[in-house]
Amino acid sequence: MHSSDHSAHHPALAHHFQDLEQQKDTTWLAMWVFLATEIMFFGGLFLAYVIYRSSYPDAFAIASNALNVNMGLGNTFVLIISSFTMAMSVYSAQMAQTGRLIVFLILTLILGCTFLGVKYFEYKDKFDSHLVPGRHFDFAYHHDPITGATLHNEHEGASNKPSSGHEATGHSKKALREIQIFFSLYFAMTGLHAFHMIIGAGLLIWLVISAMKGKFSKEYNSPVELVGLYWHFVDIVWIFLFPLLYLIGRHHHG
Amino acid sequence: MSDDHSKHHIVQPSMYAAILGALLVFTVLTYYVAFIDLGVLSNFVAMGIAVTKGSLVVLFFMHIFYSTRLLWVVVVGSFGWLALMLILTLGDYVTRHWDVQKHIFF
Repeated sequence: MHSSDHSAHHPALAHHFQDLEQQKDTTWLAMWVFLATEIMFFGGLFLAYVIYRSSYPDAFAIASNALNVNMGLGNTFVLIISSFTMAMSVYSAQMAQTGRLIVFLILTLILGCTFLGVKYFEYKDKFDSHLVPGRHFDFAYHHDPITGATLHNEHEGASNKPSSGHEATGHSKKALREIQIFFSLYFAMTGLHAFHMIIGAGLLIWLVISAMKGKFSKEYNSPVELVGLYWHFVDIVWIFLFPLLYLIGRHHHG
Repeated sequence: MSDDHSKHHIVQPSMYAAILGALLVFTVLTYYVAFIDLGVLSNFVAMGIAVTKGSLVVLFFMHIFYSTRLLWVVVVGSFGWLALMLILTLGDYVTRHWDVQKHIFF
């Protein structure tokens, strides 16, 4: 069987596909079907959030104000820019510019790690502030129990002196339970998101190595595109997480 | 390539840069609007901006704008399913009125 279509002999073409175009169509469809399962995965947590927030709107607003909104905003910028560098890496792959492809992949990786680094500091602050749900959850520790504003210096190495005169009297047990529910959702949703970011970082490393080995060309760059789809999806999840977790009732507590 | 099939459309960096700009602007907007008291409208504005940002990412960064109908079906179907689940379940909860107090939205 002879063919003047060189893609029929392309090393990346798998046996069960007619040509690279059909292979690409199929892999895109398969990736989106996977993303549909991811939408369902995160969707369940969003549903839990929607139900609890509609039931406890005041507690959620107070709890949300205990989050560091500037770190959240910064992280949002970081992820959006990383989506841009990811899209640029796809473009570089399509134009067979391997050098730029590697640069943009590494930039995306750096931005993703920046996001995770900021998340580490946020989580650390929450742990130090007794805001992790469970036995030692104490909203009054370092937080104004009425407004949810943090009472200690927000920089690293903050004083560990507990706030004075704001013991458990700020809220009822019911309100504190509702605030704790917010933090359960906060850790579950951002934790699952961060887990996805870590997987994405691993995928990017794999892409960098593959690109250095010269595996991608104008005809075959699907792995870059598909990892791009994954990365953009994780960005979209954060686009919704930021306002839903960080920006509730901020107009009261400026 | 002279092939003008939709799937071979290569999105230009200038387009990506424009989308990046729009996303950053919307992000700043959602941040500042959060500090303004809009009452019930706050939720709709925040989610409206988020949906817009998400749509830009799906349509242009993920190339769905240039994709086949088959892909559109999967994309619209999955987000549509999510919308159904959220709206119908929320509709159930907010109309229960088990305690005749404050959580009445309608």
